[in-house]
Amino acid sequence: MKKIICIVLVVMMAAALFVGCTKDDKKGEETIKIGILGPHTGELAVYGLGVKNGATLYLDQVNAAGGINGKMIEIIAYDQRGDDAEAVNAFNRMVSEGITGLIGDVITSNTLAVVAKATPINMPMITASATAASVTVNADGSVNTNVFRTCFIDPFQGMKMAEFAGEVLDATSAAVLFETGNDYAIGLKDAFVAKCGETGIEVVGQESYAKGDKDFKAQLTNILAAGPDVVFLPNYYEDNGLIVTQAREIGLNAVMLGGDGWAGITDYASAEDLEGSFFCSAYAPGSTELVRDFEARFIAANGEDTLNMFAATGYDAAMLLVAAIRKAEKSGSAPASDEYKQAIIDAIRSEGAGVVGVTSEGGYTFDEFNNPIKDAVIMTITDGKEVFYRMF
Amino acid sequence: MSKKPLHIKTPVRYLINALLFAALLFGGRVLIAGGGVSPFYVGIVTLAGINIILAVSLNMATGYLGQLPLGHAGFMAVGAYASAIFMTRSGLDPAVAMPFGLLIGGLVAAIFGVLIGIPALRLKGDYIAIITLGFGEIIRIVLLNIDEVLGFPFTYGAASLKGIPETSTFFNTFLLVGVTCFAIHTLMKSRHGRAILSIRENEIAADSCGVNLTYYKVMGFTVSAFFAGIAGSLYAGYLGILNPSNFSFMKSIEILVFVVLGGMGSMIGSVLSATVLTILPELLRQFAEWRMIVYALLLILVMVFKPSGLMGRFDFSMGRMLENIINVLTGRKTLKGKGGKTNG
Repeated sequence: MKKIICIVLVVMMAAALFVGCTKDDKKGEETIKIGILGPHTGELAVYGLGVKNGATLYLDQVNAAGGINGKMIEIIAYDQRGDDAEAVNAFNRMVSEGITGLIGDVITSNTLAVVAKATPINMPMITASATAASVTVNADGSVNTNVFRTCFIDPFQGMKMAEFAGEVLDATSAAVLFETGNDYAIGLKDAFVAKCGETGIEVVGQESYAKGDKDFKAQLTNILAAGPDVVFLPNYYEDNGLIVTQAREIGLNAVMLGGDGWAGITDYASAEDLEGSFFCSAYAPGSTELVRDFEARFIAANGEDTLNMFAATGYDAAMLLVAAIRKAEKSGSAPASDEYKQAIIDAIRSEGAGVVGVTSEGGYTFDEFNNPIKDAVIMTITDGKEVFYRMF
Repeated sequence: MSKKPLHIKTPVRYLINALLFAALLFGGRVLIAGGGVSPFYVGIVTLAGINIILAVSLNMATGYLGQLPLGHAGFMAVGAYASAIFMTRSGLDPAVAMPFGLLIGGLVAAIFGVLIGIPALRLKGDYIAIITLGFGEIIRIVLLNIDEVLGFPFTYGAASLKGIPETSTFFNTFLLVGVTCFAIHTLMKSRHGRAILSIRENEIAADSCGVNLTYYKVMGFTVSAFFAGIAGSLYAGYLGILNPSNFSFMKSIEILVFVVLGGMGSMIGSVLSATVLTILPELLRQFAEWRMIVYALLLILVMVFKPSGLMGRFDFSMGRMLENIINVLTGRKTLKGKGGKTNG
């Protein structure tokens, strides 16, 4: 009996090997295949499903409106469980199935593995969430011209806040207080200081502290003596809360600015101390008409579980890719051919500015490293609450 | 009149096996060079080859030596990083550097095998599982944190070690699969192999017969680590990028599942289950979440109906099969009386 079951199992396993080998029956009409790759199971699933659902929402909408140039979009979405080897396998499979562009991967390490395989074949890819600079730029300074993203990289926030301080707050001097040994904080600080130099804001003080410090009065007193218009705090919310409280105690009343590490700060400092501070973010739920419309449609299609920043940037990635494909269709070459892929890559650069995305109403333009120059959401704090201020 | 059953001599058996293996290897190579197979299938088959080496090497420690190490991914990681760092820094042509890279990967992993083996193998059973589990995690976390050593980039930690030459092809991966299986097979047929098996069967009896327990345990463990390091080097050359998060505790478990499912102590079992469990989830990819259920269900069914694994301790022998066929055909032997549990 056991032997029979054992043999049946072996046969089942062997038979399963041939399941995938059946050739897809060719459909009469030509389709444009787009791959969506990410972790749809496992601990990172909430990010991967956000991107997948957001992108699918837009692509379905395009199909419902008649497709691109009369051709339907075929979505090939594969799960890779957050594993590099699986991500590469899934990507190779998509390529053998004839995708013409990829939305993905989701987290940085998986994306790097996929980029290593996608760049040699010049496959256009747009990641909605991989923030590391190394995704588009290699160690030797060369740029992976086929890789784009719809999320902004960390230093971009520092640059945005410097511009915001100059253009909106009319600041002429600024100071910074940052945590040493924290890549995020240093990245933001460097970009902020560099942009201040360009826009003519004088940086009157750069103070730092070590991880775990609770008393910032010495540094804040130095900043108070320099008398800046704004103080930039590129750290995480817990430290920023303590810093703001102590700054107000010693009478430093400059406007406080920060990056998306500020989200959640209202539990760490009083409403009066935080009043009128600004920080930037990538996505503000319910902020504008466009965002509310997106959210309503997303919830109708997928429920609320995966409605997050990744869904919004995934939606924008699909929008950007479709805009580029529309342009590439005019070149007359066949989908998934080399010329077609190059046409898409060129079109992402040229058409991006006209893409009114959920996280960037001003469109997507790209710098020389293929990082987006897009709107940031500026949040302010009023009555102890984080409130949408404006797109910038 | 009963003729004496035919017995094929060992060198002839090896020759038959080697020729068959070479035919398969070159057949596969010609097929791929012909362009008939998409890179997707070539990639999966190569990955299956890497997993076979991992499973066969873990089978050495689990199936033959009778221990339960849970840190195989740690040895794999050490080998992968050692070889990748050599390959990216040596400045040699990748084709020339590759054999050295593999050897360095294997040797560094083997050194770690000795280092961890000496203290760990004084323990038995569950304790060895815990200590090797801890070792695997330590390796991963150290690799994550020595991104820079004295100001020079080393493993790049979470930023991933990029730009490793992609040298692992179908051909050289399966060449190494053959070498690994042959090396472990011949080792197990030797005097040393018998000593290792005797430890699995009964440590006290083995000790009383004069088997040096510590020596043979460390030896088995080190050989196992060496081949895991080789597999790690191939893995680095397959992906072209390394990140410590790929060598977590779950990777060790995955390799252990190959061995347990195939049957602890059966090389053919490890080879089969590593192949099936690598290829199956890839082919079922279009069924999204369901594929993981198929994977889990398969494991449960096998464990319920055949707790010793699919193959138990059975090992396949080409020579023995040929002998049986010839003997039956020439009437030297009837169909009854099949081969026993020898390693062939």
